[in-house]
Amino acid sequence: MNEIPEVIRTIPLNYYLFLSTALFVIGVTGVLLRRNAIIIFMCIELMLNAVNLLLVSFSAYRSDPNGQVFVFFIMAVAAAEVCVGLAIIVMIYRNLQSTDVHLLNKLKW
Amino acid sequence: MIQNVFYFLCFLTLISGSMVVFSRNPVYSVLFLILTFFSISGHYILLNAQFLAAVNIIVYAGAIMVLFLFVIMFLNLNKENETHKSNLSKFAAVIAGGILLVIMVAALKDVDAGTYKAEGFDSQIGMVQNLGMVLFKNYLLPFELASVLFLVAMAGAVMLGKKETGERHF
Repeated sequence: MNEIPEVIRTIPLNYYLFLSTALFVIGVTGVLLRRNAIIIFMCIELMLNAVNLLLVSFSAYRSDPNGQVFVFFIMAVAAAEVCVGLAIIVMIYRNLQSTDVHLLNKLKW
Repeated sequence: MIQNVFYFLCFLTLISGSMVVFSRNPVYSVLFLILTFFSISGHYILLNAQFLAAVNIIVYAGAIMVLFLFVIMFLNLNKENETHKSNLSKFAAVIAGGILLVIMVAALKDVDAGTYKAEGFDSQIGMVQNLGMVLFKNYLLPFELASVLFLVAMAGAVMLGKKETGERHF
């Protein structure tokens, strides 16, 4: 019952580090590359999930449940954030008939 | 065997993650994001974090992605009419992302992340029972504050989504 999972025995923790880094960089590139506010928002979700994956892997390798509780709270905050963010996007669309972030340049220098 | 599953899940995560960024149609982006979340849940199951795997599917793939799809279809954004950035800024974005990747990999290449300790290892920490004990004993206050956060978020979303009267505000 209490045997160590095979993936923890055979895969080094560094592989999870690299996987999470790659996923995070994909998210950053998406935020820089796209102009549609909804896609940018989805890329932010991607970055959050990269961090979650890293926290869970560290928590599992060290058999410390605090990391997984932390991931649970990140998911709760992400759900609240998506709820408010999508409401803002709907409001932007109603005012501009578009979700292109480059139309929102009033505060640009 | 389990290593092959791990490598397959890594491949699936990274490919579907990049397809989120590079697919033209927002609906396809959402579908690829759901695929990414499922593969991340697969990683959680491999790491024996069953509770988080279930929560990840229910909260992310279930609730949040339905909200995204709903907004995209509601606003009729499923056409491919996104005006494109100039090639220069696209190039700059990809270069900046690539440089970040190179820096992170170079910094993490030789890091000693440690490994598992065979004695005293508890493989059951990711189960509902164990996490529930930790959550309701050590993290009771943050758990209750999360409910306040949800209440505020709900009120904020309703207020932002309400139809405004008068001229446009920005």
